[in-house]
Amino acid sequence: MITLRDVRKSYEDEVTIGPVDLQIPTGGITALVGPNGAGKSTLLTMIGRLLGMDDGAIEIAGYDVASTASKDLARIVSILRQENHFITRLTVRQLVGFGRFPYSKGRLTQHCEDTISKAIDFLELTELEHRYLDQLSGGQRQRAYVAMVLCQETDHVLLDEPLNNLDMKHSVQMMRHLKRAATELDRTIIVVLHDINFAGRYADHICAVKDGRVVEFGTPATIMTDEVLTRVFDTEVQVIDGPNGALAVYY
Amino acid sequence: MTTTPTAPRRPPTRGLLDPRLLIGVGVVGALLVVSLLTGEYDVVGASDGGEMFAITRVPRTIALVLAGAAMSMCGLVMQLLTQNRFVEPTTTGTTEWAGLGLLGVMVVFPGAGIAARMGGAVLAAFIGTMVFFAFLRRVSLKSSLIVPIVGIMFGAVVGSVSTFVALQTDMLQNLGIWFAGSFTSVLRGQYEALWIVAAIVVVVFIVADRFTVAGLGEEIATNVGLNYDRVILLGTGLIAIATGVVTVVVGNLPFLGLIVPNVVSMFRGDDLRSNLPWVCLLGIAIVTLCDLIGRTIIAPFEVPVSLILGVVGAVVFIALLLRQRRHG
Repeated sequence: MITLRDVRKSYEDEVTIGPVDLQIPTGGITALVGPNGAGKSTLLTMIGRLLGMDDGAIEIAGYDVASTASKDLARIVSILRQENHFITRLTVRQLVGFGRFPYSKGRLTQHCEDTISKAIDFLELTELEHRYLDQLSGGQRQRAYVAMVLCQETDHVLLDEPLNNLDMKHSVQMMRHLKRAATELDRTIIVVLHDINFAGRYADHICAVKDGRVVEFGTPATIMTDEVLTRVFDTEVQVIDGPNGALAVYY
Repeated sequence: MTTTPTAPRRPPTRGLLDPRLLIGVGVVGALLVVSLLTGEYDVVGASDGGEMFAITRVPRTIALVLAGAAMSMCGLVMQLLTQNRFVEPTTTGTTEWAGLGLLGVMVVFPGAGIAARMGGAVLAAFIGTMVFFAFLRRVSLKSSLIVPIVGIMFGAVVGSVSTFVALQTDMLQNLGIWFAGSFTSVLRGQYEALWIVAAIVVVVFIVADRFTVAGLGEEIATNVGLNYDRVILLGTGLIAIATGVVTVVVGNLPFLGLIVPNVVSMFRGDDLRSNLPWVCLLGIAIVTLCDLIGRTIIAPFEVPVSLILGVVGAVVFIALLLRQRRHG
């Protein structure tokens, strides 16, 4: 369980987040949705302690994010931001191996090696494990990053727009991997999504953010309605019945 | 993690021991033997040959090993910490700061011993590098090429201050000698402080993974629980000590920290711990080779190794720029 209590943050004068009070239940996928600049990513980065808050408190599984040591938090929560550019040339396996850093500080044990192998297999990167990241396609690289945070074996996994820059096929593949990670590996996954239909199809809970506040929180069935989506996105949205559940149509 | 049966054992994530490393050690060893045997004085035939050998050749060769390893390792650590391929002590002003520190100590305490001079050089190198790193973190530069350009300008400004101070205090000639890195004056009794950098290499090897993780950026590093600021501080401190000591004993060794990590990275990627032996070996090999060229090209005279390194380094630097351009 992740609890946000009266969380506030203001920066660049006009942008303000909060006050946010939110409880994200344990298990499954929770999708953060909302218009651009609503504060979804900012909320996620604050939960993942990459960004400090001005006021309020965030607790993950009972640990206060602000006061718990970063190295201890690294075993409870992992976060992946959307832009990951680095010049370091690493193989997939080396990158995933750094997910073990909170446990091994780099000296990989046999248990670490096994966990790395499992994370790589889980994201179907087995054939590519000794390739360098700069030799991979965008979709493969994104999977490698996700493998790294899964390899961290934290109960809570935060992903900031993991579908960014992925085509249809890779987006669907990624959401299926995340769904499996939630069910088979018992992870609580919180993910910022741009496409409401991905949230409707794969998420267990949807949290709608607008103007720095949480305006709706519920199951896809309660969020995927004409009224709620039109209000959240400030755009005429119609929800129709698709072959696999509700579909939002906005064009 | 899953219920699937464990896959058969795979090659480990990183192989530290590589038979090819032995070949590398052999080649570098041969170069060092050549270095020991190269020189005007006939160490085999002359009656005091053995003593001359111990006074000049052995210290010079040890200095080549230590300085070559230290400067190329510094380059690699700096590149990881700044996430920029073109950064190394001579493209960030670190060396110039060390020179200024050294000069400062010489001006204020004319009779200062080697320890005080080194202290001044290390302190100035640390301050200068921290200033540069702080600048890099504050402004996000669009192109990675701007970083070394800014660094070289920064170094030039510091270098001019040194020149001005040297002019005022009549030490211009000394300054010229320091800045032209050379192993000519490395003699028994004057180079021993270089052993400090051997300790730095060991420390870097121990904390190597922290630097590699820091190289993945502040966010990924924080995600896995690394104290990013502390690692930057530690890295800067180690770089400053190594650069300061090498500058005082040998002088400026341009581009070494640039060429070596980039070449190693092309073949072996950037995992610092498993690369460190390679980086050290290649650094030693290049500096020894350049020193040998410098010693033989106009024998019986010598040209400073920094001159040869500058020529070789400039060519490799341009090749890297062109390569980066092609790859986008």
